[in-house]
This record gives sequence, C-alpha cells and structure tokens, in this order.
Amino acid sequence: MRYEDLISEQAPAWPYPVSYGKETEVGCDVLVLGGGIAGCWAAIGAARKGAKVVMVEKGVTETSGAGGSGVDHWHAACTNPASKVTPEEFAQAVIEENNGWRSGISQYITCRESYDCLLELEKLGVKVRDSEDEFKGADFRDEGSKLLFAYDYNARYCIRLWGANVKPALYRECQRLGVTIFNHAMVTSLLNEGGEQGARVVGATAVNTRTGEYYVFRGKASILCMFLPQREWIFSTELKGLYTSHRPHTSTGDGHAMAWRAGAQLAGLERSRRAGGGPYGYPQYGVANTANTWYACTLVDANGKEIPWVDRDGRILETVAERYQPAPGQEFFISDMSRNYKYKGPTLIPDWRERVQNGEFALPIYADIPSLPEHERRALWGLMIAQEGRTLVPIYWTYGRAGFDPEKDMLQYYEGGWGGVGLQQWRDSADTGGLVVDWDLRTSLEGLYAAGGQIFASGDHAYAAATGRYAGRKAAAYALSAREAAVDRRQVEAEKTRVYAPVAVQGGIHWKELNAGACRIMQDYCGELKSEEMLQIGLKWFDELEAGEAATAYARNPHELARLLEVFNIITNGRMILEACRARKASNPFLGFTRSDYPEIDPPEWNKWVTIRLNDGSVKAGDLPLDYYGDLKTSYEAHCGLQE
Amino acid sequence: MGSEQVRAFPNVITPNNPVLFNEDVCSGCNVCVDVCVMDIFLPNPEAGRPPIILYPEECYYDGLCVKNCPLWQRGAIKLNHPLNQRVRWKRKATGEHFRLGMPNPPPPNTRPPVGGWDARAF
Repeated sequence: MRYEDLISEQAPAWPYPVSYGKETEVGCDVLVLGGGIAGCWAAIGAARKGAKVVMVEKGVTETSGAGGSGVDHWHAACTNPASKVTPEEFAQAVIEENNGWRSGISQYITCRESYDCLLELEKLGVKVRDSEDEFKGADFRDEGSKLLFAYDYNARYCIRLWGANVKPALYRECQRLGVTIFNHAMVTSLLNEGGEQGARVVGATAVNTRTGEYYVFRGKASILCMFLPQREWIFSTELKGLYTSHRPHTSTGDGHAMAWRAGAQLAGLERSRRAGGGPYGYPQYGVANTANTWYACTLVDANGKEIPWVDRDGRILETVAERYQPAPGQEFFISDMSRNYKYKGPTLIPDWRERVQNGEFALPIYADIPSLPEHERRALWGLMIAQEGRTLVPIYWTYGRAGFDPEKDMLQYYEGGWGGVGLQQWRDSADTGGLVVDWDLRTSLEGLYAAGGQIFASGDHAYAAATGRYAGRKAAAYALSAREAAVDRRQVEAEKTRVYAPVAVQGGIHWKELNAGACRIMQDYCGELKSEEMLQIGLKWFDELEAGEAATAYARNPHELARLLEVFNIITNGRMILEACRARKASNPFLGFTRSDYPEIDPPEWNKWVTIRLNDGSVKAGDLPLDYYGDLKTSYEAHCGLQE
Repeated sequence: MGSEQVRAFPNVITPNNPVLFNEDVCSGCNVCVDVCVMDIFLPNPEAGRPPIILYPEECYYDGLCVKNCPLWQRGAIKLNHPLNQRVRWKRKATGEHFRLGMPNPPPPNTRPPVGGWDARAF
C-alpha cells in the first residue's frame, strides 16, 4: 500500500467543479492556439481585420508564455530612426551568421515589422523610451528619439525597453478588440476536415486544466502559436522545481505534437545542442556573466584583476565603451557569441578559462558591476535585469531586499552560469525545429498558420511579435473568404477517448516519473553520437513505453491530467526528433548533429533542410533548399498584406 | 517535549516552499492563484487566508504571483529561492561575503528600477 492511498480520504477536495468530458463547442473565424507573445499578437492582427477570434491558452493569458514576465531587448528593430542597418542587411547577416540555417521568412518579416510592433506596444502603455532623460548623454541613447540601444551602439538595431508589462498590455488589447479568451484550456489536437490526416485544419480540441471540461473549437483558420519542446532530454524538479531551462516548462511542444499528428510538415528537428545542467544551474540572469542582458559586463578574479575583453581580431579593448563598438573595418556586429567572423562582436579573451587553470586568474570570478560606467551599471541592473522575463521580482527585488547593491557588490560567477554545466547527452532542441511555413506564414496544411517559436529556425520575443501579427492578418484574410469549417465527429470522439483514458486508471505511473523515463530514451539513443541503429532502438523503446507504462499512467485531477498529456506530447516529439535524425544522413557541427554511421561533415548534397511529416500514419521524409524562401524583399512585399 | 504524538510522514517534496505568505498582511484575495502560469496554488478553503501551495515543485520562479499581488510591497507574498539557488556576492570595498537568504543580511537596497516598480509609457 502506498502512503498516498492511506491519506487519500483526508486530502482536500479539488477546488473547482470537475466535469470530465462535458463538451462545449465554439465557432469562430480565426482560432489562435497558445496565448503567449505570438498568440496575443496573432489575435490582435486577426481581430483588427474584422475576424471573430478565439484564443486558447493552457496557462493564463495575462502572464503566460516565454515572454510572459517581460523582455529587455527588442531585436531586429532595423526600421527605427537611429538604425544604421537596413532590414535587408540585417536579415542577410543573421542568415549568414547561422550558416544559412535560419528561416528567411520569419527573419525578414521581423526585420521589417518588429519596430512597428514596438511602437504599437508603446501606444498600449509599454515604456520604450528614456523620456525622463535618466540616460541623457549615454553612448547607447539616441538623443532625438530617446530610444536606448544594446550591443552595437553604432549600428543601433536592438532596443532596450521596460518590458515587464508587455503581457498585461497585450492581454488588455485582446480584450478590447473582443477576442474571446479561454484560459486554463490545454489544446490537445487539431481537427482535420473529414478527420483525414493532411487535410485542411478546421479546428481543435482542448481540455480545461481545472475542470476537466472538453472543448471543440471550430475555426475557418487556425494559428499555432506554441513554443519549442522542452523537457525532452532533461527533467528533474528536485533542485529548483520546474525552473530548469531557459524556456518555460509549460512549453512541452504541444503544438509540434498536434501539428505532427495532423499531418503538417516540420523541419530542423534533428538539430540539438548540449544543454547545460538545467537542474543544477542558478536563477536565470541572476549570476555574473557577460552575455545577452549582461553584455558587456566586466569580470574580475578573486584579487580584483580584470579579465580582458578583445575584439574579433584579438585586439585588447582598453575601455568598457569599446566593447559596444564594431572592430576596425567591421560594418556592424551581432553578438559576442557569433560564429561568423564577419559579425562577431567583442568578447572576453577566448582563452580566459585556460588562464584560470594556469593560475593567471584566481577563483572565484566576480562581475565587477561597481566598476562599470554609471549609465552602463544602471542600464544593466536597473533596466535590463529589472525588466527581463523572470527577473523583476526574482532577481531585482529579491536580491535588493537581501542587501545586494550593484554600486558596491560583485555578484559571483559560476561556471556554466545560470545554466550549469551538463553532460553531452543532456541536450535541448536548440531553436530550430518547427513548422515549415510559406510567405503567408501558412503551414503545409490548408487553414493552419504558425507564428513565433512554432515556426522552424526562428527567433525570440520580437520575432514572436512580428510573425504573430503577420500570421494574424494573413489567417484573417483567408478565413473571411473561406468556406465554413465542419469538424469530423469520429475524430472528436477518438481524441476524447485518448484524452480521458488516464482518469480511469488506478495505480500505475505518475506523470513525473514518465517524463523522466522518456528523457532517458532521448539521452541514451539521441545524445551526442547518433546512428541508424541507435535511433531505431530509441523508437522501439518509445513504442514499448507507450504500450507499457504510458498506458498505465494515471491522473487524479484535471491538473495532473494536463501534466500527463504534456508528457504524452513529449513522447510524440521524441519520436518526431528520432525520425528527423534518421532522415539526415550526414554530420553537421552547426546543427550539433553527429552521425557515427555518416561521419562526413557537411557534404554539399546535405546542405538542405530535412523535412518530415505523417501521411496515412507513416513517416514521409523530404527536403527543402536552405534558401527556399527566395528573394526576401520581393517575396515579402508580394505577400505582407499591408497597404503602404 | 514528547507529549505530542509523533507522526509518520513521507519526505517532503523538494523544493517545497517557493513562495512565503505573511498571513497578517495577505487578504486571501487569490489573485496569485489566478495569475500562476503553472497553477500551483489551491485557494484556501477558509476565506481570507493565503492559498495552499499544492504543487511547489512545479514553480517556475517567474515571480508573477508576487508582482500581481496588490499587497506585495507590504510583504504579503515573497519569492523564496531554494537553498541551492541562493547566489553569493562580495562587497568590493570591504571584501565581505554575502549570500541570498543569510541569517544576518546587510541592510536592504531599496532603490527602485529605472522607471519605477511598474514602469509604463503613460
């Protein structure tokens, strides 16, 4: 007998009325699936076109999503008045920086529209300018517009903002525009016309994570706005709860899994990278480092000796100000982490870790925030740290209450930063795998659009905003002339059976153990070194897991049911990733992809996207040229749907 | 000592206390329950009392329960990083070592962020 059986009669009653299977049907023009940054912008974009919009969110629209708690950088804002880089130049640079492994479509849309999105946010009350002149005279301030910039202070394409209230502002705008929002509703499947895999998408099903109710949504068009799969290789709640990767752990690739089951084409799923030791890391952005939000903070050793910064040519930079300037002869830089010499920004001296080993620098290492120029220190701690997602309360407020003062204190550096140092088999899906889209941001299925992290090889917050807004207007244009959407009853019933099965199971396995077990398959058979044999064995173990333990998994309330349905999606995504890995028969370091049975690195015939989809239940692999999107400017202007 | 009944418990879930409520300040309004992305709270069956943390290990530590609490500045709710997450720092001028959550902390630094605790365009 288990302890929980002993006390089950004394456990508090579930606080919400439970009605498993009770069905509500809702119809609309545009159905937005996922209420994060991309979802809210998609809903806004579609509603403005006059479409009747329904948005369905697993968490709480006001706070959820990868950008739910804020954003500090607004990327690719090439059309801002101070930018010295054109959208064409910047899009090309990012594509080159990624060796071509980037969706030109979402990249260029973002370069054209991300600044417009920012201006709209400002109208919704989000602060984007230094209107109080606190940073007057700073190197990173444009005195005309009072915008503040990050990274390359000369090129000025990336804007610092007060982004902690982005989500509430978007939420209010959705409400104002009459978007019908379903919170605590986990989308479980897409519905195809006639119930046929690969046919037009005409709606979706969902289950309420508090009441267990079932929803059938009919939409003439649907926009998938969920995020990249998490919890695929690494899962542990023991040390820091579910706070173990950069991305939110509600992002379990639900959108990827349901799109796959509906027959949509996906690409880039074989890419992965060593993920760091999530469960062993520190609070995000909350320890000393030099990247992203912390760019370009000074690090010193235990004796106060500064670790030098260098430009891309290894030239030592004497001042902090030089860390934000391109190298001599360089047009602009993208980041310190850039792998392409052309766009590589200043970095810490690359061999500094060896210098620690050799005794040149003594541990521990600290961020010498007090030594930064006043404007930089205030921008780093008081603006970026305060307004980045997951930092206003967890870092700025909490550290401050504990006495941390950036004018006096040096925060400690830990190897691996907030990610920790992980094993080679602890991987994450990088930012690449997702739905293939065309210039309408339509997927391979009629009626199904995608935005944000749902699009393959896309970017972060500003990308989610720009592509969400774009997909919203394109889906609305389609929906307003499309025929009615009729759902297939058999598909609805089959999904209902799948969704509620764990409610009837007694005993068996709990979702957490199942999640960790699925991760083991990924670690053991889809780790650093891959081969046909390993991948096939992995697929075999997923079959076995699904027929075995997963079929005995139980849910005692709607919350546990949703967590378990997430794990089912994690298993589906695991299979999908294994299939994508089987389809690429060559190694590629950029994709973090090593096949021991195909060791040849980057053979030219494999310089293409590998695509996969389900057709009549079997896997179909295909390919796309890396630059399948064609000429960026011409294609965009032919499709963007803006009357200029 | 020894007069109370000793009971059998399984080990508690770790981490088990991601947020701390101050019962004297918290009004039991349950805003935190409704904004939690992970839905980790159970409204207290007793009206006016702080919610029960039902799923502490699902906490995502985004602090939005705190930020949305109408009484957070008065200490109704605080984020509580697990012990292994309590970072350390050194005061440059004195060389003193501090950490988050230490028993005798230095005085708090209450300087608001640029634009205040709730920065808006207007």
